[in-house]
Amino acid sequence: MQLDFTQPLDYWWALLPEIILCVFGMIVLIAGVTRSSLEEEDGDPSFSHGAHLGWLALVGVLLAGIANGWLYGVQEVGDTSMIAVDGFRLFANWIFLVAAALTILISFAYVHRQRLQAGEFYSLILLASAGMMFMGGARDLIVIFLGLEVMSIAVYALTAFNRHDRKSAEAGLKYFLLGAFSTGFFLYGIALVYGASGSTNITVIGSSVSEGLASPGLLSVAIALLVIGFGFKVSAVPFHMWTPDVYEGAPAPVTAFMSASVKAAGFVALLRVFLVAFDASYATWYPIMWWLAAITMVGANLMALVQSNVKRMLAYSSIAHGGYLLVAVTAANQSAAAGLLFYLLIYTLMNIGAFAVLIGVARHSEEHMRVEDYSGFGWSRPVLGVVLTIFLLSLAGFPGTGGFIGKIYLLQGAADAELWYLSVILVLTTLISYWYYLRVAWFMWMKDSEAQDQHDLVQAPLPMQLALLATVAFILYTGFFPGVTIDLVNDSVHGLGNISELVPGFME
Amino acid sequence: MSPLIQGDGQPFGGGEYEPLVPGLILLLPLLGFLANGILALVHARASANAVREGGELDLGGRADRPSTHTWPTWIGPGVMGGAFFLTLVNFAGMFDAQLHEAVVISYWTWMATGTFAVEAAIQLDQLSMIMMMVVTGVGFLIHVFSVGYMRDDPGYPRYFAYLNLFVFFMLVLVMGASYPLMFVGWEGVGLCSYLLIGFWFGDREKSDAGKKAFIVNRIGDFGFLVAMFLLFVEFGTLDFVPIFEEAEALVYGGGLVTAITLFFFLGAAGKSAQMPLYVWLPDAMAGPTPVSALIHAATMVTAGVYLVARSSVLFALSPIGSATVACVGAITALFAATIALKQNDIKKVLAYSTVSQLGYMFVAVGVGAYAAGIFHLMTHAFFKALLFLGSGAVIHAMHEAYHQTHRQADPQDMRNMGGLRAHMPITWATMWIATLAIAGIWPFAGFFSKDEIIWQIAAFGGAEAAAFPILYTMVWVIALAAAVLTAFYMTRLMLMTFHGTNRTGEKESGYLNEAPATMWVPLAILAPLSLFGGWINVPEALQTSWAGLSGALPTTEWLHHWLEPITEQAHHIQEVNLGELGHTAPFGGGEVLWAFISTSAALLVVLAAVRVVGSEEIRDAASDESRLSGFGKLLLNKYYVDEIYDRFIVNTVRRKAEFFWKVVDVGIIDRFLNALGWVTKGVGWGVSMFQTGAVNTYAFVLTVGALIVLGLSVLT
Repeated sequence: MQLDFTQPLDYWWALLPEIILCVFGMIVLIAGVTRSSLEEEDGDPSFSHGAHLGWLALVGVLLAGIANGWLYGVQEVGDTSMIAVDGFRLFANWIFLVAAALTILISFAYVHRQRLQAGEFYSLILLASAGMMFMGGARDLIVIFLGLEVMSIAVYALTAFNRHDRKSAEAGLKYFLLGAFSTGFFLYGIALVYGASGSTNITVIGSSVSEGLASPGLLSVAIALLVIGFGFKVSAVPFHMWTPDVYEGAPAPVTAFMSASVKAAGFVALLRVFLVAFDASYATWYPIMWWLAAITMVGANLMALVQSNVKRMLAYSSIAHGGYLLVAVTAANQSAAAGLLFYLLIYTLMNIGAFAVLIGVARHSEEHMRVEDYSGFGWSRPVLGVVLTIFLLSLAGFPGTGGFIGKIYLLQGAADAELWYLSVILVLTTLISYWYYLRVAWFMWMKDSEAQDQHDLVQAPLPMQLALLATVAFILYTGFFPGVTIDLVNDSVHGLGNISELVPGFME
Repeated sequence: MSPLIQGDGQPFGGGEYEPLVPGLILLLPLLGFLANGILALVHARASANAVREGGELDLGGRADRPSTHTWPTWIGPGVMGGAFFLTLVNFAGMFDAQLHEAVVISYWTWMATGTFAVEAAIQLDQLSMIMMMVVTGVGFLIHVFSVGYMRDDPGYPRYFAYLNLFVFFMLVLVMGASYPLMFVGWEGVGLCSYLLIGFWFGDREKSDAGKKAFIVNRIGDFGFLVAMFLLFVEFGTLDFVPIFEEAEALVYGGGLVTAITLFFFLGAAGKSAQMPLYVWLPDAMAGPTPVSALIHAATMVTAGVYLVARSSVLFALSPIGSATVACVGAITALFAATIALKQNDIKKVLAYSTVSQLGYMFVAVGVGAYAAGIFHLMTHAFFKALLFLGSGAVIHAMHEAYHQTHRQADPQDMRNMGGLRAHMPITWATMWIATLAIAGIWPFAGFFSKDEIIWQIAAFGGAEAAAFPILYTMVWVIALAAAVLTAFYMTRLMLMTFHGTNRTGEKESGYLNEAPATMWVPLAILAPLSLFGGWINVPEALQTSWAGLSGALPTTEWLHHWLEPITEQAHHIQEVNLGELGHTAPFGGGEVLWAFISTSAALLVVLAAVRVVGSEEIRDAASDESRLSGFGKLLLNKYYVDEIYDRFIVNTVRRKAEFFWKVVDVGIIDRFLNALGWVTKGVGWGVSMFQTGAVNTYAFVLTVGALIVLGLSVLT
């Protein structure tokens, strides 16, 4: 099938996965209204209290996935449409869909325990995911902005979702205020880009920038403003200040979702905008990216070191991973772009996996988050202990896990761009990260439980087991046999505009 | 699995060879390992719980054991039986087909990087088939024996898990179609050997023995690896078939091929316990006796011989490499045989005897008689497994007797035995057959294999253009001398164990009983193999003489012909470069004459030993006050080799290690790293001070950041 976007109907086909998600988002919302969700006191969280809404949302994700697969057979004509149908977008969609599915799976128990409004909760996850997919597929800055807002507003609501928890409400408000603040920068940046180049279409901007038609003064300010806007969404230091508080305050499944998907959406859009639209002004933006990457990696890893709350530690760790991904953006070449996609996928899986175990340990709400709460966890719950250990090792980048292959791939991209200093910083900060990841593992396996029955209440219901099984299996699979996934990401970045040739590195 | 068959068994004469699920031969022991391993874990959990509750897991009577103790009995030997049966079927197929080229079956690409690719492929040819027969056949019998021997051990399921795993790796070693795959098996059997030597790891001495074996083997592995690297640099591949096809392009006697063979031999010497790396094998006797029979006599330790035979083309190209193999083999054969003369521990005698016999095999492959080496490997597997299992039966009976009377005495010390013949007639009879076989007495299996080796040394040394004729004359003399010593120490062992008066103790002797059926049946099967096993490969010259009863015995040069596809290339290289082999022994005389001389010499020594040892008065270990002096003391203490190694190698390394540990590591590196850690944490703490929790602070930091970014973009 060919899409030339001369008719509006072509956009319908091109947006089929997003449309399906939106439709299901509404269906789940309405289905949630018809039924009082506070009726059942106890019961199996996989099949009671709004669980049917969760399974319904999963069906939506599945259908969107089928539509996404179908899009692989579709050809687009030209590259100036508002929505791209290329491998890059489709692969990014896989990441968002997987993240949504895993988040829903690990939320069952939490929604049940906290008596959350299941319909609204799952519906917001679907809508946020749809927003992310808009961002990943957009070839127009306005579409990116729309996607960004759809996603952000849904996520603000999700952050403040747990009304029984004051910290949750506080986090939601903080996120909203600072988010609005940064959106201002972003929108102003778009306006200046339009002023400089006369278009909001990324491809058109790209050609006018490379032909030297765009006004350079306006453009450099515009680029800086867009960096700030994106920097906030991907929580790059120094725009990260909201992250630890919001990640700590939000309900744990939402934190998992945010730290994986929101970040992924930010990076996917960032990469497309900077590689396609601002390819020719690489010299303007790569020093900024270089410094952002460097201080994000160093700062976040240092701050993660001193955390004693595991959830907060994971928040800083998530900022640190953003730093590693910024290295790929700075490198801006074929292998770095492929590495970014690969790393985003692995990171999504291992991070959500780690949060899933965290939710299990947290039991009722947001208690038991101290690292001491993991004393002897490995011995009393061996399966969960081994699984969490695998996630931690993968996050640290231990050989035999997908995280290791991902880091190697990022380093490959940096080396191709001759970013030697950044590569060294990446390796050294990774070494630092071993300390705080393995500290949890050390508590799990080397310390005795504080009380005999300390871990008896830890629960991992069926949907969570499914999520854990899938993530662990994939992380080990890519750790030992990365070939298939690597081929896939390499194919996916072929469609991505004009990726820069090797550019001489900064300061080296 | 859909195997891709390359070089699909060219039919040569008979029908075509279609391998029948050869992958399953490998898979069965692996499945056995998994099943037994799970049982072992379950069992370990149960006993840990029992200990936690302040008791100990009671195994109870034999009838009501938990299932973790009954299932391994069927799984362990069962998978081996299945593997042996499949091997037999495949052997029959290959026998019928007389195939000329190896069948290589590739399952998947194990690793591929750049120009280097290793397939997970197995190679079925005459050599690997013989090895598979030995490993699965003898292995099966030893598994059955183990049921009787280990049944009352708390670690029974763990034992069978390790044993199955060992067989899996051993099969990988002999079936792998490339050096890397062989190396996987090579390391795997090393691991299992370590695990099984230290099987009773509660005993410090035994776990130390396991470590010693592991460490000494690492030295050899270094050689194997270097040889592999050299091969890869030269050929760009590590698969057997292409390497041997192109190997003749190497310079005969050149530096590269000599280096490759010498490094390979270093590996072989480690695994097969040759000088100077033999020291681990006697200590390896700390493991259960069936393990000694399977790993440290019949299969694993012969891997080095297999390696040389497999690489026959390379060794044939290197006269220096081959001569080194032969000389080291000969010296080891003699050296170990002398130590065996004075040992009192029944298993130690057999261990040194194994080292000595392995020396023979290396002599054989060193003089280009690859078929003879494999022949001796096979017959040795029969009679040495029989000897070890027999000694196992004896130890089992002795242990049981001491257990009944609660006496603390060494059940392995031959000075505590004597006169066991009356109590254990089957063990006695079968072990005598094995003794006569190892002593090289006609018509037992060992006679034919050992005699052929001795003859081949003479023939090789007498070749038209032999490289070092005098050297080979010396090797020949040493081999004869070692054969005579073998006859002596083995007769001594039999006499001290089974004849004379009983020294076990008055009360104890009442409890001495013949082994149960699971133990004596394998002995009874191995006995005829030790007796008739040599008849498959009687040289033509002997066949028509008295040794073949003028052709009346159903004997042929079968093994020689069978292995011809493997060895012909090496023989061809030999013929081109060395000319025709000699036809007489160094001091005159033909093959038949020397066969007669050697067997009658061995027989005389046996009779002499009966007189000498039989007339000696032997006291039991506790009251034995005889102090040896001079050469005898030197032998009893094994030439003090262990002490020398301790003094000059182990201690030196230890002192250096201690310096690096206490001064360099703890003193300098650790302190530096700790300081670094504290500084890093301090900085992290300082930076997180900004994290106040107030939105206006955050917005402020955000704005400052935005200003910096804007400034950067405008300035550049």
